[in-house]
Amino acid sequence: MEKMPKWADVILIPLISLLLAAILSALVILAIGENPIDAVKLMVTGALGSTYGWGYTLYYATNFMFTGLAVAVAFHARLFNIGGEGQAMLGGLGVAIICLSVPWPHWSIALLAACAASALFGAAWAAIPAYLQAKRGSHIVITTIMFNFIAAAFLNYMLVNIMKPAGSQDPATARFPEATHLPSFQSMFSTADNVVFRGAPANISFFVAVLACFVVWALIWRTRLGYEIRAYGHSETGAVYAGISPVRITIIAMLISGGLAGMMAINNVMGEAERLVLNPTEGAGFIGIAVALMGRSHPFGVFLAALLFGFLYQGGAELALWTQIPRELIVVIQALVILFTGALDNMVRMPLEKLFLGMRKRAE
Amino acid sequence: MTLMKSLMGAAAAVALTAGAALAEPALIFDLGGKFDKSFNEAAHNGAQRWANETGGKYREIELQSEAQREQALRRFAEAGANPIITMGFAMADPLSTVAPDYPDTKFVVVDVTWLDAPNLRQVGFAEHEGSYLVGMMAAMASESGTVGFIGGMDVPLIRHFGCGYAQGAKAVNPDVNVIANMTGTTPAAWNDPVKGSELTKAQISQGADVIYAAAGGTGVGVLQTAADEGILSIGVDSNQNHLHPGKVLTSMLKRVDVAVYEAMKAGDGVETGVFVMGLADDGVGVAMDENNKELVSVRMSDAVDEARKGIINGDINVVSYYENDSCPALQF
Repeated sequence: MEKMPKWADVILIPLISLLLAAILSALVILAIGENPIDAVKLMVTGALGSTYGWGYTLYYATNFMFTGLAVAVAFHARLFNIGGEGQAMLGGLGVAIICLSVPWPHWSIALLAACAASALFGAAWAAIPAYLQAKRGSHIVITTIMFNFIAAAFLNYMLVNIMKPAGSQDPATARFPEATHLPSFQSMFSTADNVVFRGAPANISFFVAVLACFVVWALIWRTRLGYEIRAYGHSETGAVYAGISPVRITIIAMLISGGLAGMMAINNVMGEAERLVLNPTEGAGFIGIAVALMGRSHPFGVFLAALLFGFLYQGGAELALWTQIPRELIVVIQALVILFTGALDNMVRMPLEKLFLGMRKRAE
Repeated sequence: MTLMKSLMGAAAAVALTAGAALAEPALIFDLGGKFDKSFNEAAHNGAQRWANETGGKYREIELQSEAQREQALRRFAEAGANPIITMGFAMADPLSTVAPDYPDTKFVVVDVTWLDAPNLRQVGFAEHEGSYLVGMMAAMASESGTVGFIGGMDVPLIRHFGCGYAQGAKAVNPDVNVIANMTGTTPAAWNDPVKGSELTKAQISQGADVIYAAAGGTGVGVLQTAADEGILSIGVDSNQNHLHPGKVLTSMLKRVDVAVYEAMKAGDGVETGVFVMGLADDGVGVAMDENNKELVSVRMSDAVDEARKGIINGDINVVSYYENDSCPALQF
């Protein structure tokens, strides 16, 4: 018997958690002497009040969709991949190599190749921790987080010593050639007399991310492999009894996870920066964990949670631009949302479950 | 009801002041944040000095992500801020696309000298020259013949500091041993005093008895540990001699605060072009005050003065790391 109806689990709990986080954030803003209602207004109009704001919100959301999906896929196999950061960095390296070394005739072909390269590099970076977990039992949390640092050091070495154009003082690659520039929302949706999404970084890779959500949904719930991943995630012994190889599932799930994290690079490296800079991921790999937790590891949930975090990022930027609220406080607000939706889930869940059980008893 | 009214009133007031903000300067801090005890904080100090002297106001933002660089530039330009002052080499690329779109706005960038735009003031510093002088002092003060360098993040700019330092040390004592370490490869390297302290101990165990920190907030840990362990250290960017009086040999000054202050003072009439501030115009230099008076011998200060003159009139050529991405005196 379910403790409470599905809609309460999927909608009510996240909403209440969000509300609690919002109330606490408002108190913090009040405590430093700013007006929380103005702050919320500024965040909403800044992030959702114009196509420009949407352009940034969707750009951040695209990043978080990829990393959120990456964490979600690994979650289904009960693997905690916190190496999304490093896998996305390596994906960026793959995109940079592909874009700079091949004279692409058109962006569409370059995008396909970049998708493949970023997924390949991301998956390769996840493969070593996956092998160590599957064959040697080294815990995936430890190895993936360590690989984030190795990825940062490796990227630093590549940029400073090898890929930086000679004489440049900026540790970044050269700009990618014109033909590899992805169409932005501005060029896709603007008409001659109505320019929308002006200057915003959202680009066609948003649709790739949405497509990835569908593909992951189909993979997890509509294929034999997805069934095996879920079965392994629910019970390893049960899966072994059913003839599912733990080694194979661990490695495959981590390869898919790493590939998805790596594909984030088509958005931030190829779509936005159009070159590879130091620290291109900026914590999106870690935000992906919160996104997957909040989205209950379901692709549609990940989609919604990614939008929410995109809103928080862009709204937070507007707060930083136009108020005296320091940026540390914006991190506090984001942290409160993560805390309530991810870590303190049971705080809301348990009373709600009691409430629903009580209601049911009364109805009986 | 009254609460609601006062809230609405406050909202309206905010909306009004936001619209009235015209021709205020704007300052964009790099990812390190304005209280990094170093580069960005120097800019903050310069801006505060201007605000205190003139009573003027300025807008500011501490960047949090790469995508915000262009965003902040455009939003400030569209809000009428002028001039818009930006910090750090990473602003070069966004400026090269944004500056031409706002020809009536003046942009100022610190640590960039290679762009081409008519409305851009580019301020660079000859850090290798200042580092050369502190390198000389380090080699002269060292008794063990080994001096250390601790950089922040391993980027060309910091190698540029280290390269000048090594050349200065070797000019005094060709046999001097220069140990160089970088704190890390992520931006956290700019603010990791604990790691700075560990690196200091590691360099001391290799025999170093003077250590130069060019590592932002990480340098605080370097200076602290050096003072605790009884060796000398050298500060960077602002005058850090006072942090541990009698324990900090000197500081390599990089007057970012002056660059920001002058740009704000000039307002929207700020002169554009490329300005490299070196030893001659005190853009870089060595800090001498009562805190390090007893550490600096007459012989040392004479040698530094002479070298300073030599560099200014061209007798001494300090090789820049940027020239061919390598250093003649130090291997990274």
